[in-house]
Amino acid sequence: MNNQNSEFALKAENLSKIVTSPEGPLTILDQVSLQVSAGDRIAITGASGAGKSTLLGLLAGLDLPTSGKVWLGGNELTALDEDGRAALRANQVGFVFQSFHLIPSLTALENVMLPLELANHSQPRKAAMQALESVGLHERAGHYPRQLSGGEKQRVAIARAYVVRPTVLFADEPTGNLDQQTGETVIEILFEMNRESGTTLVLVSHDMGLAQRCDYILEMEAGRIKTEQNA
Amino acid sequence: MKSLALAWRLLLRDWKSGELTVLAISLIIAVTSLTAVAFLTDRVGHAVELRAAESLAADLRLSSSRALPEKYLHIATEVGLESAVMVTMPSVIFDADRSALAAIRAVTPSYPLRGKLKTATALLAAESETASTPAPGEAWASTRLLARLGADTGSTIRVGKTQLKITRVLSFRPDQGLQFLDLAPTLLINIADLEATTLVQPGSRVTYRQLFSGQRATINDFKPQLEALLQSGEQLSDIEDTNPQIRSAMESAGRFLNLASLVSVLLAAVAVAMASRRYALRHRDRIALLKCLGSQQAFIIRLNLLQMLMLTMLGAAVGVVLGYLSQEGLAWIAKDLIAQELPAPGAAPVFLGFVTALCILCGFALPDLIQMGKTPVLRVLRQDVEPPPLRYGISYLAGIIAVLALLQWIIVDIALVLGIALGAAITFIMLGLAGWLLVKATSRFRGVAGVAWRYGLANLNRRGRESVVQVVAFGLGLMVLILLTLVRNDLMDTWRDSLPADTPNQFVINIQAHEVPLMQQFLKDRQLQVPIFVPMIRARLTLINGEDVNQMTFEDPQGERWARRESNLSYSDTMQTGNSLTGGSWWPAGTERHEVSLEENFASELNIKLGDVLGFEIAGEPVTATVSSFRTVEWDTFKPNFFMVFSPAALEGYPASYLAALYASPEDAGKVIDLMRQFPSVTVIDLEATLAQVRDVMDKASLAVQAVFLFTLFAGFAVLWAAVQSSLDERRFESAILRTLGASRKRVLSGVAVEFIAIGLLAGLLASTGASLAAWHLAVNVFKLEYQFSPAVWLAGPLLGMLFVGISGLLATWRVVTHSPVSVLRSA
Repeated sequence: MNNQNSEFALKAENLSKIVTSPEGPLTILDQVSLQVSAGDRIAITGASGAGKSTLLGLLAGLDLPTSGKVWLGGNELTALDEDGRAALRANQVGFVFQSFHLIPSLTALENVMLPLELANHSQPRKAAMQALESVGLHERAGHYPRQLSGGEKQRVAIARAYVVRPTVLFADEPTGNLDQQTGETVIEILFEMNRESGTTLVLVSHDMGLAQRCDYILEMEAGRIKTEQNA
Repeated sequence: MKSLALAWRLLLRDWKSGELTVLAISLIIAVTSLTAVAFLTDRVGHAVELRAAESLAADLRLSSSRALPEKYLHIATEVGLESAVMVTMPSVIFDADRSALAAIRAVTPSYPLRGKLKTATALLAAESETASTPAPGEAWASTRLLARLGADTGSTIRVGKTQLKITRVLSFRPDQGLQFLDLAPTLLINIADLEATTLVQPGSRVTYRQLFSGQRATINDFKPQLEALLQSGEQLSDIEDTNPQIRSAMESAGRFLNLASLVSVLLAAVAVAMASRRYALRHRDRIALLKCLGSQQAFIIRLNLLQMLMLTMLGAAVGVVLGYLSQEGLAWIAKDLIAQELPAPGAAPVFLGFVTALCILCGFALPDLIQMGKTPVLRVLRQDVEPPPLRYGISYLAGIIAVLALLQWIIVDIALVLGIALGAAITFIMLGLAGWLLVKATSRFRGVAGVAWRYGLANLNRRGRESVVQVVAFGLGLMVLILLTLVRNDLMDTWRDSLPADTPNQFVINIQAHEVPLMQQFLKDRQLQVPIFVPMIRARLTLINGEDVNQMTFEDPQGERWARRESNLSYSDTMQTGNSLTGGSWWPAGTERHEVSLEENFASELNIKLGDVLGFEIAGEPVTATVSSFRTVEWDTFKPNFFMVFSPAALEGYPASYLAALYASPEDAGKVIDLMRQFPSVTVIDLEATLAQVRDVMDKASLAVQAVFLFTLFAGFAVLWAAVQSSLDERRFESAILRTLGASRKRVLSGVAVEFIAIGLLAGLLASTGASLAAWHLAVNVFKLEYQFSPAVWLAGPLLGMLFVGISGLLATWRVVTHSPVSVLRSA
């Protein structure tokens, strides 16, 4: 394990992901390297199938690359086993997904409480309520996901992501399932909370308007970084 | 601690949101039906035992021809048992100038410990139960004794050297039993009067008895303690030794109840396995998310384990309470059917409920949940990422072993359990195979009807494996229901047939040869049924293959007793009904050979083989005969039967008395008394009370069988319900899509109906086949009944399947189809 201190919140070196398909090996990600400083907001864009979500999964330690290395904070994610990566995620990482991934059997409040409970937080209910308040949903705390609109579900997901104060937040197409207006509201909240917490944000989106709001934009094509620019 | 609290919170939340409903209810139904069966079996079984104990007038009875030591009574009192003493001896009693041989029974006031005496104030007066015994100076005489003496209540009789006043007619003693031979009519007296009679002298034929009763557990502890102290000649009897009619009914009922309990356990296991599969599938996303939020795999598996354990405990607790209430309700409903209060149940069913819940939930739900714990975290990004497939064969092995261990615990018969396990395994494989073939075959009918058919049958095929699983689950549930119905009906019919209304209730014995035609005429004149008169000859077994029986030793005390005592022999050209040959052959009518047919157990206890030559002494003369066949005897038919039946050539000409069994209705009671007066030397034994005792036991056993049947039905429904629920999520989504595409609700429902009806039809066909084969096997090999293939079953299975599966499937999906498709799609 690499415990060297690093000025980078996130660093990837020569990441490749090759999967086997009926037609033979398929390269989804090809030699991708990048560095993200603490507090930076970076957008990964590109067409469908460009490898955006695969890259996000590898950066967050949800999946392992075929080759290459990833560092999160000072820790080399790719050198850790599944449990080691899980422990790191518990302490440092938050997620917002396109399909929200709220647990249908838990209320909005319980969904936000869950990561706090997993981390043995002393007052999960209070902290979760505050998080719900900060996304403007404290009145819907007792509602189940099926009783919430798409935008509300995503706001609950944002509250859940930020409630543990992660150092890096990964957002995978956070507005992909929302209409434009709702999407904008959700993004406002996402960025506002990001500003307040100083969290490093890694955002995957094919929406260039949304990408423009980040500090950097990585445009991907066929598993490679096509361009890298300041927003 | 952290995982414990979190597991509890998540469990509560799952419950609140309805996620756990199917699994919890399957489990609760399983435990409810099993414990209800266990509670009821326990109570009815105990009631039957008590009733059976009445035929001993006690739970334990100690007999000896020598006076029994007082210390046994002291020990019994110390451990908290009730006791009574009875001293019996034959003696001639006198009333003025008439005399009769009576069995004098001197008893302590606590006699009988089980059952009640019935007495009447005078001959032919109405009888009633009594809790007392004769006071000192009084005697209660049986009807037969009074008839023979020509006396009635109020008479004073001489017993030995004392005078006693007859105050009541003794019409029934619970322990009068069926050991009718050599039986003189009873005179019941107070033990305090025994000394004054001076009948107990050295050499007099006295039988001493000590009776014990009390709590089952105390009796169970006391019995071995007493056995360790027994001297030679002291013989202990308990309800195991009770009369064969009651034992036979208890054994059949016990086997059925065990079978039904076992079926409940198996059905419950299937229902829980199906419900937990659905629960686990629905939890893949949650597990991926928990991992994404930083939970480690071991923690997630621990969390699942804890949740299941909590669910098990809660489900079992609720199930046990419901089980108790259900059987309580049932016992209450049936209180008119069962004449007496049922005793309170023991605690064993509670334990059984918890152990069962643990076995089936941990055995069948955990493998799925542990496997789900391996869901890759990447699933949060890609829904097509699945956990590694579960190797059911290996994973369920633990569950199957757990259930087998449980069955062995309940049934305590390893051969039966393994037989059933093998049968179940073969059934599963056959059902699976047949289900697969049938599902494939239905694809040919896709084009025959409209779009609903096409959609329904296409679904059946597309869901291939799930369809087969459902066909097997429904088929198994239906099969068990049909099977239990068949077996139950067979059993009830057999019981009913075994004691028809005109079962002989009067045994007439000691009829001399010259009295036979007179008695036949007497019965004919009074419109009573004229029975067959069976010859009986008293003899002593002296030689086996030329060896002196008195010099031989026998392993079993029963064999020892049979060899030493006087035997009753009979002869006949034809075999008695209810007997069947197990070895050798019956002699041709009119044979000149001297042959004997032996009852199977009798022969085996005395180590007698076919072809052995037996020597007897009859009225001082030696007689020999060759053993030519072995028989089994149905002792519970209330007909005269013998351990040894000879070819007529062997015994004809020796002094014989005759016996006959006849039926006399209650209105004919006076005619029976006339018979006793007309033929004073014959003995008439009234078996009506014993018959009533046996009928009562059968009624209770029937109640238990009916109740268990009912609860097993519930378990069957649980399986069907779990099977419908298991595919509900997918159906919900499909219906929403179809409706979005413009299909009307009616059309969607028709499609669903076709699919379920097709599954029901296939399951019903398989169920009929399986149930018929299994019922045949059970009837012939387990219950020893005759079996007839019933064509109605082949109609009932598919019909029931289509109706039940179709309706329950429709009901379950009704809400899905009638819900707004938008809400379904949004929550997907």
